[in-house]
Amino acid sequence: MTTAAHLVHLAASDLEDARRDEASLRSFISRLPGVDKVGLEARAAALGTRSIKTSAKAQLIDLAIAMVDLTTLEGADTTGKVTQLCAKAVTPDPLDASVPAVAAVCVYGDKVADAKAALSTHPRGAGINVAAVATAFPSGRASLAVKLLDTRDAVDAGADEIDMVIDRGAFLSGRYGQVFEEIQHVKQACGQAHLKVILETGELQTYDNIKRASWIAMLAGADFIKTSTGKVPLAATPANVLLMLEACRDWHRVTGEKIGMKPAGGIRTTKDAMKMLVLVHETTGDEWLTPSLFRIGASTLLNDLLMQRQKLRDGHYSSSRYVTND
Amino acid sequence: MTERIEVRKTYKLFINGAFVRSESGRSYEVFSHDGEFLANVAHASRKDARDAVVAARAGQAVWAKATAYNRGQVLFRVAEVMESRRAQFEEELRRTENVSEKKARKAVDNAIDRVVWYAGWTDKLAAIAGANNPVAGPYFNFTVPEPTGVIAIMAPQSDSLLGLLSVILPAIASGNSTVVVTSFHRPIPAITLSEVLATSDVPAGVVNILTGDFSEIGTWLAEHSDVDGIDLAGVPVGDFATKLEALAASNIKRVARPFTGDWNDEPSLYRLRQWIESKTVWHPIGA
Repeated sequence: MTTAAHLVHLAASDLEDARRDEASLRSFISRLPGVDKVGLEARAAALGTRSIKTSAKAQLIDLAIAMVDLTTLEGADTTGKVTQLCAKAVTPDPLDASVPAVAAVCVYGDKVADAKAALSTHPRGAGINVAAVATAFPSGRASLAVKLLDTRDAVDAGADEIDMVIDRGAFLSGRYGQVFEEIQHVKQACGQAHLKVILETGELQTYDNIKRASWIAMLAGADFIKTSTGKVPLAATPANVLLMLEACRDWHRVTGEKIGMKPAGGIRTTKDAMKMLVLVHETTGDEWLTPSLFRIGASTLLNDLLMQRQKLRDGHYSSSRYVTND
Repeated sequence: MTERIEVRKTYKLFINGAFVRSESGRSYEVFSHDGEFLANVAHASRKDARDAVVAARAGQAVWAKATAYNRGQVLFRVAEVMESRRAQFEEELRRTENVSEKKARKAVDNAIDRVVWYAGWTDKLAAIAGANNPVAGPYFNFTVPEPTGVIAIMAPQSDSLLGLLSVILPAIASGNSTVVVTSFHRPIPAITLSEVLATSDVPAGVVNILTGDFSEIGTWLAEHSDVDGIDLAGVPVGDFATKLEALAASNIKRVARPFTGDWNDEPSLYRLRQWIESKTVWHPIGA
């Protein structure tokens, strides 16, 4: 609750001030109240126990499907794999046309053209965005020039959304200004494309750091903040997601702007997804329960959502044989 | 001197190689044949059955990949561990089934012998259930038995050890995995068996043991699309068995119908053959 009390006194002009130079950014960040670890985890755990059944569950499953960023980020990705992924994005369950399409497909930059081509062949494909990971994903270990080129390359190929990683090395060394500027530059390189900023929570060590990184990303112009690359353990834990949603909520209170949030990594079951939606409902409120403000980055989750949906429809448990692989 | 505090055992379910409480938090009391209180055991729910099927599906892939010889070794190891726990099994049989010491000993002998019998069959099954088929063409043509997949088993209600083993073993010998609903009133030998399995190199998920009521969770297992076969050995002949058979047809499960014989009779290959599929391969000669 200290967060809200603190921010009541925070005005849009303070944010303007924080953007002025590195010293003022540092001063702003250092004045953010610390995170109550025990309280945060307890709240996240308590919200995770909520039981959602029958028609509410059915509604949330469809919402969760519509929020999925269907992802393939493997070194072994091929054009065929991406084409298959796009087919699944458009028609997640080929046996049931009432299943909504997912929000986006998420691929490496060089696969954007493949994804665009594959989606253009489907009538429902136009509504699905193509997100590309960029800026030397997943490590982010490259020079700014390379990162910007990586970003522009994906945007030129037609990416609607860019998922960038922050420079965790710089962040952990306390070079907040560098992190901030890099995001700003990438945002510029994005042009019309939406920018999601990946904090890689698993590498940030503390909740305070996650909170600080969230604010830096929002100050620098992120459209979305995203937990993780999916390549590092301890990714989208309920506590991490709650903390980042609180940052979105606080930002909204101060500026009136709505920043989106994307948990990714380790969300594999329908139950996990339901927990995320409860966190959104209880933190930022229902306005965020839309694919334009909340996404779930996942690959295996979609199949579990589909199997749960089949179970609700048919009245008995389904099998992975009734959903497609990949 | 202070009196020693008795260590009371809490009986749990055996799912995915771990001993867990029922997700529902329920338990029920089990009594000896004479009505003496024996234990509280977990009362498995629909969700426990669901979790067990997930575990069985994962375990089946591991178990089927093991060589038939290796599966035989593991089953033989089960017999070894049972042998070292035979006093416990005998005691439990005496109390739950109200049999004499001599009969209990004989029953445990039979049970362990049955394990050894099936252990021997693991790597011989292919020789009798498979074939080298004569075909009119330049091909070798083989038929090989493959496991059916995940088998739900409604264990016999009265013969709580030999009957139980006689339905689990034929399923796992050929590489299937199982979700077993034990005898409702006599679940304790099954729980002890789960402790044996946990220490016998049987991979997690291959045998999942749920203490509870088949009339409650049987229907969920019968219509579960990820269950490939259902053994109704412990379900009495009648409307409920027929209902389970009809539900099992929804995803074309294999069904073993209610058992009406005597488990002490010499085992046959009937149950082993029940849980295999035949794969036929054509292979060009000289290629």
